[in-house]
Amino acid sequence: MEILIPVLIVAGIGLLAGIILAIASVVMAVPKDEKAEALLEVLPGANCGACGFSGCSGYAAALSKGEAKVGLCSPGGEACAKACAELLGVGDVAVEKKTALVHCMGSYDMTSDKMQYDGIESCSASTFLAGGITSCRFGCMGMGDCAAACAYGAISVCNGVASIDPKKCRGCSQCVAACPKGLISFVPLKKQAVVRCSNCDKGPQTMKVCKIGCIGCMKCVKSCDYEAVKVENFCAKVDPAKCVGCGKCVEACPRHVITLLEV
Amino acid sequence: MDLKFLVGIFLAAILTENYILNKFLGICPFLGVSKKLNTAVGMSCAVTAVMVIATAVTWPVYTYVLVPNDLSYLQTIVFILIIAALVQLLEIILRKYMPPLYNALGIYLPLITTNCAVLGVTMLVLEKGAADPNFGYVASLVNAFGAGIGFLVAMVLFAGVRERLELCDIPKFLRGLPITLIAASLVAVSFLGFNGIVDRLTA
Repeated sequence: MEILIPVLIVAGIGLLAGIILAIASVVMAVPKDEKAEALLEVLPGANCGACGFSGCSGYAAALSKGEAKVGLCSPGGEACAKACAELLGVGDVAVEKKTALVHCMGSYDMTSDKMQYDGIESCSASTFLAGGITSCRFGCMGMGDCAAACAYGAISVCNGVASIDPKKCRGCSQCVAACPKGLISFVPLKKQAVVRCSNCDKGPQTMKVCKIGCIGCMKCVKSCDYEAVKVENFCAKVDPAKCVGCGKCVEACPRHVITLLEV
Repeated sequence: MDLKFLVGIFLAAILTENYILNKFLGICPFLGVSKKLNTAVGMSCAVTAVMVIATAVTWPVYTYVLVPNDLSYLQTIVFILIIAALVQLLEIILRKYMPPLYNALGIYLPLITTNCAVLGVTMLVLEKGAADPNFGYVASLVNAFGAGIGFLVAMVLFAGVRERLELCDIPKFLRGLPITLIAASLVAVSFLGFNGIVDRLTA
C-alpha cells in the first residue's frame, strides 16, 4: 500500500498540471490562420525579402489578409503566383519578369586599379580603403560579393566586372543588397536599352578614370523618339516603361555604354 | 532575514555561483543561442522567468508535499513534470499576449523544458535550504532570480565574444565549436576571479 502514496502524488501533480494547461489552451487560444499556412507551403521558403515583406511567412500572412498582391514573389515565379492565386481564389495574374543587372562595364581593359590591394578578397572590405581599388569610385571592383550572395549561380565575375545571367536570375535581390557600390538594380526582362554605367562624375573626370563610362553628353537623349532616356547627375538613365528597344541610343552613344538587353 | 543577506545571495548567484560559468549547467543554450545579442537576451529573459516561477512552485511542493511524506527521492521526476508544465503554460501565455517575443524565442522556449540550468536551480536552492535554516522561500526566489540574471550576464558577455570571433582569422582546425568552447572556458576562468568577493562585500 505504501507505493500508492508516491504514485498518487505524482499522478495528482500531473493531472493538475494537465488540467491547468488544458484550461489555459482553451481560454487563451490563438486562432490559426490556415490560409496563411497553406500559402507558406506554396512559397519557395527562401526568405529573401524580394516581395518587400519580412520573409515568406510575412508575405503569406499579408496575402491571406488581402494586404498584398499575388505575384510579388520573384524567386517563385509564375508557378508560385498561380498556386497562390488558386489558394486565394483570385484570377490568373501576370508576373512581370525581371532580372538583376550590374550597371557597370568597367572591366580591366576600361579602368585601372588605383592601388595594389592585398587585403580581404571582398568588395565591401576593400571599399574601406579609399573607397575601393578601382580607379572609378562608382565602378565594379570585381571581387564577387554579389556572386557569393547569389544562391542560383547566376553571377559570374569576368575580367574585373560582374555580370548576371538573366536566364538564371530569380530576382531574389540578395546581390542588390550585397553590392557595396549599389550597382545592381532590377530591370524588366524585355528587349530594351540599358545604360551600363553608374558614374555620376562630370564628363572630363569620368574620362580620366574609365574608357567607357557615361560622360553625360546627351546624345542618347536627343536620339530617342520616345523620351525614354534622361541624363541625371551626368549619367544617362533609361525608363523601361517608355523604352521600345529600337536601339537608336545604342548607336548614338559615343562611349558604347548603352546596350540592348537580350531576351 | 535582512536585506544584506538577500543581496549577498543575489550577487553570489550572479558572480561566484554563476550557473553557466561556474557550475557548467545550461551549456547547450549557452552555445546554441549566444550567436546573436538580441536572441541571447530574449532567451535569458525567458530562462530567468522560468527559473523564478519554477522555484516558486517547486519549493512549496517539495517542502509541504514531498518531505512530510518522506518522498524527497521523487524530487527529480516531480520537478521535471512541474517545469515542463510551467514552460508550456508560459508558451501559451506568450503566444496570446506577446506574439513578437513568442516568435523571437521560437524553438528555444520549448527547449527550456529540458534545460538543466532550470532544474539545477530548483534543486540546488533546496540543498542550500537544508544546509542553512535561514535560507527560506524568499531567499530561494532571490537565488533563482540571481541565477537567471547570471545566465543573462554570461550569455550577453559571450555573445559579444562570439561576435568578435566571427571576424577573426581562426586556424581551420579550430573553427566553429572548438574555438567557441575555448573562448567559453576563458570566460569561465575569468569568473573565477570573483571568488571570495561576495563574502567580503556582505560580511
